[in-house]
Amino acid sequence: MYNHILSIVLFTPLLGALVLLLIPKEQKNAIRWVANLFSLAGLLISLPLIPWFWALRTQSGFKFIEGAPNTWIPSIGAGYYLGIDGISFLLIMLTTLLGWISILSSWNAIQDRVKEYYVWFLVLQTGMLGVFMALDFFLFFVFWEAMLVPMYLLIGIWGGPRKLYAAIKFFLYTLLGSVLMLLAILFLYFHHHTVTGAYTFSIPELYQTAPQIPYHYAIWLFLAFFIGFAIKVPMFPFHTWLPDAHVEAPTAGSVILAGVLLKMGTYGFMRFSLPFFPQVLDPIAHPAVRGTIITLSIIGIIYGALVSLVQKDMKKLVAYSSVSHLGFCTLGIFALNQAGLSGSLLQQINHGISTGALFLIVGILYERRHTREIAEYGGISNVMPVYATITMIMFLSSMGLPLLNGFIGEFTILQGAFIESKAWAAWAIPGVVLAASYLLWLYQRVFFGPVNNPKNEKLQDLTPREVLCFVPLILLAFWIGLYPKPIFQIMDQPVQQIVQTVRPDLNKPVLAQTPIPSAAQALPVEAGK
Amino acid sequence: MIPSTDYIRLLPELILIVFGLLVMLIEPLLGEHNNRKGLGAIALMGAVLSILASFYQTGYEGAAFFDMIHVDTFSIFFHVLIGLIAAVVILASFEYLNLQQIRYGEYYGLILLSSVGMMLMSSAVELVLIFIALEISSIGTYILAGFRRNAPISIESSMKYFLLGSFATAFFLYGVALMFGATGSTSVYTIATTLAQGATPLAYVGIALMFVGLGFKVASAPFHIWTPDVYEGAPAPVVAFMSTGPKAAAFAVLLRVLFATEAPGWFWLIWASAVLSMTLGNIGALVQNNVKRLLAYSSIAQAGYILVAFAAAKDIGISAVIFYAAAYAAMNVGAFAVASHLANVGEKYVTLDDYAGLGRRAPGLAAVLTIFMLSLIGIPVTGGFLAKFYVFQAAMQSHLTGLVIIGVINSAVAAYYYLRVIVYMYMREPQRDVPVLKMPFALGVSLAACLAATIYLGVLPGRILDYAMASARVLVR
Repeated sequence: MYNHILSIVLFTPLLGALVLLLIPKEQKNAIRWVANLFSLAGLLISLPLIPWFWALRTQSGFKFIEGAPNTWIPSIGAGYYLGIDGISFLLIMLTTLLGWISILSSWNAIQDRVKEYYVWFLVLQTGMLGVFMALDFFLFFVFWEAMLVPMYLLIGIWGGPRKLYAAIKFFLYTLLGSVLMLLAILFLYFHHHTVTGAYTFSIPELYQTAPQIPYHYAIWLFLAFFIGFAIKVPMFPFHTWLPDAHVEAPTAGSVILAGVLLKMGTYGFMRFSLPFFPQVLDPIAHPAVRGTIITLSIIGIIYGALVSLVQKDMKKLVAYSSVSHLGFCTLGIFALNQAGLSGSLLQQINHGISTGALFLIVGILYERRHTREIAEYGGISNVMPVYATITMIMFLSSMGLPLLNGFIGEFTILQGAFIESKAWAAWAIPGVVLAASYLLWLYQRVFFGPVNNPKNEKLQDLTPREVLCFVPLILLAFWIGLYPKPIFQIMDQPVQQIVQTVRPDLNKPVLAQTPIPSAAQALPVEAGK
Repeated sequence: MIPSTDYIRLLPELILIVFGLLVMLIEPLLGEHNNRKGLGAIALMGAVLSILASFYQTGYEGAAFFDMIHVDTFSIFFHVLIGLIAAVVILASFEYLNLQQIRYGEYYGLILLSSVGMMLMSSAVELVLIFIALEISSIGTYILAGFRRNAPISIESSMKYFLLGSFATAFFLYGVALMFGATGSTSVYTIATTLAQGATPLAYVGIALMFVGLGFKVASAPFHIWTPDVYEGAPAPVVAFMSTGPKAAAFAVLLRVLFATEAPGWFWLIWASAVLSMTLGNIGALVQNNVKRLLAYSSIAQAGYILVAFAAAKDIGISAVIFYAAAYAAMNVGAFAVASHLANVGEKYVTLDDYAGLGRRAPGLAAVLTIFMLSLIGIPVTGGFLAKFYVFQAAMQSHLTGLVIIGVINSAVAAYYYLRVIVYMYMREPQRDVPVLKMPFALGVSLAACLAATIYLGVLPGRILDYAMASARVLVR
């Protein structure tokens, strides 16, 4: 099992989908049980990776390698080639966890076409895991594109009133981004051939040749990748599909969309854009490239937060808050230093945990009242006390309160940005303040005060199944908030490697000289040693 | 004295001719009200035997009949492909003919005989023979297009196809004549050696005119105008046939003529045609509500993608064309087979509105059509993805970045209308009551074959790609 753990984790959900196909569609409960069993199995089977990976965390390079380059379609140099490092490991764990939670949370929400729903969801799960595991560009692209279809159907079939518009917008936007990326992949592939004489899509091998591409070509390739990933993240101004897709998607779809799918963009930046194109990102030779991206990130942070502030629909509010939070993630990545990158990766995990939870929270109210209008609610804490408590924890985690996960991530990102430029950090800070405003104001309007609306008087508090969905998220939020050191240790090696590729001249002492506030003792400085 | 191996090199065609004539001969012996499934079975047997004969040819590669035809891996690939298309279409027609009250056994005979023309096109290396083969294949399809005799639209389709098609083949013939004038030969290889010493303006015009004729057959812009009307009126299984078979054959001819002769001035011809086909095809398809018309425009666009690979030249470009032709045949025959089943008596139900809610009424059929649509978009795990990938890869290798960018943007636009079919099937409620017939066994088999081929080409394309590459090397010497 040790040698094939990645394939097993990857294909467990797909196997579940195939098993579901055999169950007659009338047996809705049987379908639900089987789907939940497989998603739970998918989570459980990925757990052994934790100790195994922990043991290897300091080794460089990809681990748990499976398959080899050029084994799948030898004539074009594509291979079934999997492997993970600290970055993909964390995202894979997030995916298996959120996959289980999403499927668990759909038990009552989905009443129509139950079978298809779970089949597509499990297929989606395999697609997402494949994206994080693939070490072959062709394979990566296959998963990247294949994943579009189930997500498209999840939004389009089980979505809200404007689902058709939202689904097709999501699909076309992402497809346009990915076909441009395909061009850049092909260019890298042929460039590799010109240099080495071998045709291969193997990512580790392309790492060797891509950085030597001259700037005037590389900038276009970088742009092609950038647009593909920026649409996925989504960065301002490519974000317009996100609110539509989120608002119309079913709850579980939103959780997966926010929790995992958006991370594919940031993952793409860390895995491809940075190590492939250090010549483009070189902050001394070409400051404009990085400057533009940072500016877009900061605009995203502020703009997303401001738009969240004025939303009347809870789900839309959470959706726009994602734009703001992901702005932090890209800011961290393109700070191009150890703190920024580690903070960004941690914030990606955090965002998966807290925003995933926020969508669940909105979904729970929606299931009971079938409206997400903030004005319809008020005084909910009187009728649903457990729900109110959990919501408070997750809101605090999302806005970055110390002792909870969001704080560590945002703090480390800001630290990374601060090292590069004090102005960047200064511009990003309002995002934190605004996050507190829109979340607390939302909380106040929904939960505090008397119950004005008679429809809200008899709302049922959380069922044990619903509580179960939140338990792992809350535990993780506290754990990361209190003791993030192991997580930083896991990401330490790959992040260092990226920084070294992108900025070989930048050595670690810069970090150590920066005064570290006492609240963040467990930050990557220590882990970096 | 013609050596006996020559007959082996013509064996698939001979088998089809024998079976085609056999069908024609038995037809009058059957009573007026008997159904023609028996004839279908005979025709199917003929198609299968000719496929086997094509495989058998692997041991007998070489020229035959005074260098009129040339059997090589390239021709064998297309022989098998055309044979398979014919077999699947025959299977898909079994119930269709009954349903539409078409009781003419000639239908099967014509499919076999026009397949003869297409197969000859892929092995002929002599322009006059190519012309004759083109005519054989065309005349059969002209008649087939009008087979729904009671529907005026079908007659219209047949007439249009016939008139425009005759013009197009006349252009081709004129091109052949000019080429003969320019080089003094009609043999592809002799032309190649003559052209290598320098091309006269006459040769340029000859190539252009030949391209007009072939461009018509592959439905590439600007010779595509006939496509939607003809596809709309012709019987659906016939459309499945004529949107794939003659296309594959015409592409085979284009490959031979262009690459074997290294024809002068073809690059911009192909480039412009590729851009026009992709763009006009996709834009046209965006606004279609009739599924057959939608697929017609889609097939124009797909021809454009194939032409992109042409422009890439080189062996990888040729193998991309070959692979695309195979993948396209699998998904397009499949899509039209589904459409033919849903169309019902008199092809009444062919608009997107009739497909609304199909996901509930016929989940299996809807799922199959979804896979074909996804393959036409080019989503991974389907043959369509790999075909497109391969085409763009080939074009990138030849540094045709501009063309590839136009291509990928087009394929993103195209996703919209293919998705619309899926949207209607799964996300819209039916407007009116559209009956869905029980899936007949033969059609089920043909759909399963198309589906299996589409997935196989997407997941394990290795062998076919290698074979396509081997075929390509035959042409580039």
